[in-house]
Amino acid sequence: MLPHLNFAESNINFLGRRRIAIAFSIVLILASVLLLATRGLNFGIDFTGGTLVEVGYPDAVELDPIRQQLDEGGFERATVVYFGTSRDVLIRLPPRADDPDQAELSNQVLRALEAGGPDGVELRRVEFVGPAVGEELREQGGLAMIYALFGILIYVAVRFEWRFAVGSVLALVHDVALTLGFFALTQFEFDLAVLAAVLAVIGYSLNDTIVVYDRIRENFRILRKEGTEFVMNNAVNKTLARTIVTSTTTLLVLLALFVLGGAALNNFAIALIVGVLVGTYSSIFIAAAAALMLGVDRKVLLPVKKEGAEQEETP
Amino acid sequence: MRNTYPVWVYALIALAIVTGGLYALPNIFPEDPAVQVANSRTGVVDENIASIIDVILGAQGLTPHRIEEPDGQKLLRFDSAERQLRAADVLRGALDDDHVVALSLAPATPEWLRAINGRPMSLGLDLRGGVHFLMEVDLNAVIGTAMERYTNEFRGRLREERLAFDEIERGARDLMIRFASEQDRAQALTWLRRNYRGELNFVERGLGADSSLEVTLDAEHLTELRRLALQQNISTLRKRVDELGVAEPIIAQQGESRIVVQLPGVQDTARAKEILGATATLEFRMVAEGEDAPAAAASGRAPAGTRLYYERDGAPVLLQRRVMLTGDYITGASSGIAQDTGGPAVFINLDGQGARIFSRVTAENVGRLMATVFIETRTETTEEDGELVRRTSRSEEVINIARINEPLGRRFQITGLESTREAHNLALLLRAGALAAPMSIVEERTVGPSLGQENIDRGMQSVIIGFIAVMLFMVLYYRVFGLIANFALALNLVFIVSILSMLQATLTLPGIAGIVLVVGIAVDANVLIFERIREELRNGMSPKAAISGGYERAFSTIADANVTTLIAAVVLFLFGTGPIKGFAITLSIGVVVSMFTAIVVTRAIVNLTYGRQRRITRLAI
Repeated sequence: MLPHLNFAESNINFLGRRRIAIAFSIVLILASVLLLATRGLNFGIDFTGGTLVEVGYPDAVELDPIRQQLDEGGFERATVVYFGTSRDVLIRLPPRADDPDQAELSNQVLRALEAGGPDGVELRRVEFVGPAVGEELREQGGLAMIYALFGILIYVAVRFEWRFAVGSVLALVHDVALTLGFFALTQFEFDLAVLAAVLAVIGYSLNDTIVVYDRIRENFRILRKEGTEFVMNNAVNKTLARTIVTSTTTLLVLLALFVLGGAALNNFAIALIVGVLVGTYSSIFIAAAAALMLGVDRKVLLPVKKEGAEQEETP
Repeated sequence: MRNTYPVWVYALIALAIVTGGLYALPNIFPEDPAVQVANSRTGVVDENIASIIDVILGAQGLTPHRIEEPDGQKLLRFDSAERQLRAADVLRGALDDDHVVALSLAPATPEWLRAINGRPMSLGLDLRGGVHFLMEVDLNAVIGTAMERYTNEFRGRLREERLAFDEIERGARDLMIRFASEQDRAQALTWLRRNYRGELNFVERGLGADSSLEVTLDAEHLTELRRLALQQNISTLRKRVDELGVAEPIIAQQGESRIVVQLPGVQDTARAKEILGATATLEFRMVAEGEDAPAAAASGRAPAGTRLYYERDGAPVLLQRRVMLTGDYITGASSGIAQDTGGPAVFINLDGQGARIFSRVTAENVGRLMATVFIETRTETTEEDGELVRRTSRSEEVINIARINEPLGRRFQITGLESTREAHNLALLLRAGALAAPMSIVEERTVGPSLGQENIDRGMQSVIIGFIAVMLFMVLYYRVFGLIANFALALNLVFIVSILSMLQATLTLPGIAGIVLVVGIAVDANVLIFERIREELRNGMSPKAAISGGYERAFSTIADANVTTLIAAVVLFLFGTGPIKGFAITLSIGVVVSMFTAIVVTRAIVNLTYGRQRRITRLAI
């Protein structure tokens, strides 16, 4: 049996260090924005488009040796798949800064394929695939995201209070910014799977923040005589066991995905791992601190006497 | 504070588990890579060919592991994609042109599951392989087509109404009606305004004998026309894809002028492109009898009111400019043999309106010659000066000229086709309907299934191992309650899979991201409850009170967190496209399901475990 985490009596002063935490986060966010602005994300072929090369062989071929030949010929990150039959192969090359014109490029590919490969390879077609999908997706996706943020703002503002709504969105922006910043820093490839992971990070961050806020609201009702900072600290401490356990279980799945999931899922898993770590940090150190700094206290949360009715149920 | 549920709640949960399990079941039967052989004319593969197939494949050591005969076709199932591809190659080489050899993935769902409509969920391109086309619809052509239609309509209707005009000139985006006097113009304008309100805008130009009317499309009407054109193209594409026999195709609008076509499991891009890219339609025009066609061909100038066409053999023919009937009214087409001539023919069915128009115009023209014009639009990419240029080519050809012996109605036949194969192709293209606006393929992607398969296998393995680790952790940490949470978690996955299968939603990699998040959320719900129960126990509550207290306290937290996530997911679903939608679908389903499993189901099990005991001294949590 595992020992229980017991933070029932703990009273770690998280909020007392809120200025350090917030300053730390602001520095990290600024660094992320700076990295995104200067280095940018290393967008994968989903976003950038690339060149399609169709080749034909006289006999059935294996794909792995072809990938290796292309690698050796200087075409890293090429996607190689069958195209209709086992003799026709479609190669997708990501665009590069120093790409020669189409004719030269196809020659280079052909040379790479002829070097040590099966004889009789024939170049059938070279076609440039534009990044239009990526752009459209970025626009549409961005809009969808903004609408989603509004939805969250409204719901949290109605169920809690507008300061909590702003706080939860801030925590969310914080988590996404740092995750993206991480990708700008490491220059890991940012493909569709990573985009999906970022969406998942948003969901996770939201879940985490709401849990803490919910406890703060409850604490204000129970701990009637305590100050705002104490009430919030107590809420973070009370939810600490839950925060750690949930992060641990989620990270267990993600680590399995990272270690065993294969190259295709690597970036996806990394994005989620970073997102979960950042999200855990922000739900402990930032979510409550942001709410406090926005001016949340008992008065804004429990303004009317009708709350007294609910009070009866709470022992 | 009693820890029991009414019996109906248990019954409901049991029912949900049985239904969920049943509809999740089709997913454990894998799909077989298969080769489909069909006769392109009759659709039925005869005994003779069937035995040839057996012999050829046997000789190559490529015997399929199962052969089925849906609708007289041959469906050969293989145990690997490699063997499937090789078999298709061999068969294509061996069989004549009358046989179509297509690659497909055949579901192996047992009969009794199919009977209750149990189908496996569809896997997206990223997981399963297939082709992806992005097609651009030329919406400017919509204006051109509309202007053409109005020009023809005005010519006829203004005459019918006895409204005098000189001529109508069609521009690219507008048309100009010229009048001999301002009075004529004023009369025509009154009538036009009344009949085309909201459709067209009219501007008066010029004075006296120079009077004219500039006609343009109303902005709102144009938007509507474009919307309809895009819709018609989508439905036409859908019909064509159905002809290809692809399972679960995705055909969706993207942006304002684009259509995404995804054909999972299809590896034969060339054929897919042929069917998607080529469009064919028919037009019926009267032959301008008495005009000198060879002279017009020589000078390149057709007399007023006529257009120069060519027949199959290259002979020029002059047809009236006015179209009697366009292909838009064709509802059905089939190929066969004409009874009178014995040659290949296409039998055509018209819709009600088309039949009315056609019988009227043919009745007016009995005894005269009518031509059938075959119009084909193809998008081709050609290389010019080292650059790839994409262009649409439109070919118009007179395939048949016949004397109208009697008014033609809803059903009639076209002859004059070269071969039965051509008749068959024409029928297929006509069946697939006309496109409202020409399209070109902007992007084409092929994802190999062998590459995808490896990814799925590794991904699935790692997810399963991750789950086992989580479950182990939960049992070690929460003991009996951990076991209960694990059951709920597993159930959660079964429910998500069964709902995705029932909805026939497509699972993609982003969808899997959604599921991973749902697992996190579902575990979190249980962690919140269990931590609360522990807290209540520490506060000195009795075990029974702690259980009900824990569930009650955690409920508002779980509800708030989940509803917020659900709102975000629903909004993403409504406004997002492609991968974002895929993520949002699984997340929305997952959040709702996890509320049910993590709160209701675990509570039911806890109730069954602890609710009946009169006195519990301690909880294994």
